Amino acid sequence: MSATKETTRVEVTKTLKLFVNGAFPRSESGRTVPVKDAKKRVVAHASHASRKDLRDAVEAANAAQPKWASATAYNRGQVIYRLAEMLEARRAEFVSLIVSIEGRSKADATREIDRAIDRCVCYAGWTDKIASVLGGKQPVAGPYFVFSMPEATGTVAVVVPDGAQLLAILSLVLPVIAAGNAAIVVTPIHANAPLAIAFAEAVATSDVPAAIINVLTGLRSELCPWIASHRDIAAVAGAHLSNDDAKALELGAAENLKRVCLFSDAPKFDDDTFWNSPFAIQPFVEIKTVWHPTAL
Amino acid sequence: MTISPFAYAPAPESVRPALKASYGLFIGGSFVEPKSGKYFESINPATEEPIAKVADAGAEDVARAVTAAHKAFPKWSKTKPSERAKILFRVARRIQERSRELAVLESMDGGKPIKESRDEDLPLVVQHFFHHAGWCDKLAYAFAGATPKPIGVCGQIIPWNFPLMMAAWKLAPALACGNTCVLKPAETTPMTALFLAEILAECGVPDGVVNIVTGGPDAGRAITALAGKNGGKLGIHKIAFTGSTDVGKAIAKAVAGTGAKLTLELGGKSPNIVFRDAALDQAVEGVVSGIWFNQGHVCCAGSRLFVEESIHDDFLARLERRMQQLRVGDPLDKNTDVGAINSKAQLETIQRYLKAGSDEGAQKLEVSCTLPKKGFWCKPTIFTGVQPSHTIAREEIFGPVLSVMTFRTPEEAVQRANNTTYGLSAGVWTEKAARALEMSNRLTAGVVWLNTFNRFDASAPFGGYRESGFGREGGRQGLSSYVKVGGAR
Repeated sequence: MSATKETTRVEVTKTLKLFVNGAFPRSESGRTVPVKDAKKRVVAHASHASRKDLRDAVEAANAAQPKWASATAYNRGQVIYRLAEMLEARRAEFVSLIVSIEGRSKADATREIDRAIDRCVCYAGWTDKIASVLGGKQPVAGPYFVFSMPEATGTVAVVVPDGAQLLAILSLVLPVIAAGNAAIVVTPIHANAPLAIAFAEAVATSDVPAAIINVLTGLRSELCPWIASHRDIAAVAGAHLSNDDAKALELGAAENLKRVCLFSDAPKFDDDTFWNSPFAIQPFVEIKTVWHPTAL
Repeated sequence: MTISPFAYAPAPESVRPALKASYGLFIGGSFVEPKSGKYFESINPATEEPIAKVADAGAEDVARAVTAAHKAFPKWSKTKPSERAKILFRVARRIQERSRELAVLESMDGGKPIKESRDEDLPLVVQHFFHHAGWCDKLAYAFAGATPKPIGVCGQIIPWNFPLMMAAWKLAPALACGNTCVLKPAETTPMTALFLAEILAECGVPDGVVNIVTGGPDAGRAITALAGKNGGKLGIHKIAFTGSTDVGKAIAKAVAGTGAKLTLELGGKSPNIVFRDAALDQAVEGVVSGIWFNQGHVCCAGSRLFVEESIHDDFLARLERRMQQLRVGDPLDKNTDVGAINSKAQLETIQRYLKAGSDEGAQKLEVSCTLPKKGFWCKPTIFTGVQPSHTIAREEIFGPVLSVMTFRTPEEAVQRANNTTYGLSAGVWTEKAARALEMSNRLTAGVVWLNTFNRFDASAPFGGYRESGFGREGGRQGLSSYVKVGGAR
């Protein structure tokens, strides 16, 4: 036998699962969807999240959220900073996924991951300033000490639009969790499911507590009505969605008056002026005003 | 009832508002006949006598008002903010000058005691305009780093419990931010909004900037039907509603997918929690004002009283003794504490709840007094022995009916207080500061009153958590409901 030529190494491909309650389960439905790269080659099969997967995520998120909300703002800031560290460590992986799946240039992909990481650092600094900027003492006309403060709303469904995924996910998730909410991120399975799961892996290795960020790859048309009508979801975040998605979300949300913020006037996700601002956070807090009489 | 030698002599308010026999719709700066051709009578709920005939706006009338608001928007939104401010300051002053007349009219039309309309409603109305007048030229500081822009035409639908105050809470911030408005007062209490229309015109609010369409639920539906895209060229960019949670949900559905912005200030079943270390007589006063202020027609009324078990009997004895001192009767008498129920329909609703309370096994205590023969009246009532599952412990009654329950530990108080789909207000009575503050952290409510209740101020944001609605009114936080800063609704 002649010596075999050195062959190209077979790559170990990743099985794409969901991210629920800090673990990576397959969809309980057993459904998967082929993931194609920009050259139309099937590179993986993504878990196709079902209504039941959504319900599991909501249950876990609601159980975990009060502790996250009551953690000190300083602590939440450090946790989000840690997430930035984890994203930075995976920078090359994100660039490669954006290039291979979304078919964009390396320079373009690099700009996106850099902006995403920098946004994460920005929000690490927001947690302990939200109350200063959105709350305050109120100068009422009477002998009362009155202050208003922002509080978390609860569990927020984050509905990610089509198109570039990384910055969309970060732009919508960061304001939600910075304010002390839990996020259930629903990303479009046909956009860039491998990237959504790579993001979940960064979350899993950061110090973000289990179930504070959950990631479901699925179909908006299928999941939006369930998100909208679920009574244990307190709010919905989304941006740049179609009228049909908006209507499905707002109609169902009327049942329990969940807050729906679809950022209809918002600029594109690469606009730091808006997406790094407190006005991206404000829709996911409740303002509580507390009164007490003053007297000697 | 025997007349005590120490009984108060009647002290009727003597000012009488100058009323016309009939009122059209206030559109484009003047009163116009409704195209619907229909009118209804606004009556005095204390006497059942008509006050005036008022136009009943149809869809065509609402469209006309919205057209006027659209026409006025470009100029008003570009008016120099400091000039807008001067107009609103002028409005505040003019209302102040005419406040006694407006207070009397409010009491005649809605049934609330004159001492409340005079000492609570009107001062807050004036303050709301004065406070927001000052915001006009300072919006860039309220939204630092952003460029706040007016939303456009606002459709505003308000309730009958604080008619003029709700008009002020809706109009003042909307106008300060450069929007134009179509306001629909409640069917049973349109009068003070019509007087306000005259004042706005007198003060130089440009034609079409505020349009007031009186009418019933159909007029309200005509407004929400024009929300956003549904309205085409007539689209209303923002809907603001204060009222019941059921109607709020229907409005949220009507607005869904239209792109219009929405804020809702809805119902409540607010807890008032009394710990054993509270200043008990002060707490009694707070409970009284919490549930019997404005006949209990208050969205944030403290309608669920939670008393620490060890002081239940003592506290209830004090509360009942105090309740028996309440003077129920003529809203225009300066000594009256509790006036007339706003309408026959609302009285019937309250009576259904009174029956449900007794039928489900709670014990009823009520004021022993004689009620006037004519008009709509309900005795202030306390139900003891209420279980959390009882109808009167879960549903908003919007009347002078208090449900009393007990608790043993602070944790239990929090758990029971939060056990509702509402989240508008909460009261806590304790002399322990740390406990009061921790209770305020844990209660799911937009407003928490510690050792006080039912306090309001133009600078203090008001609004609910959960099914009590979303959005705030008042203060810097309330301005967000009337500007665009990039999508937040």
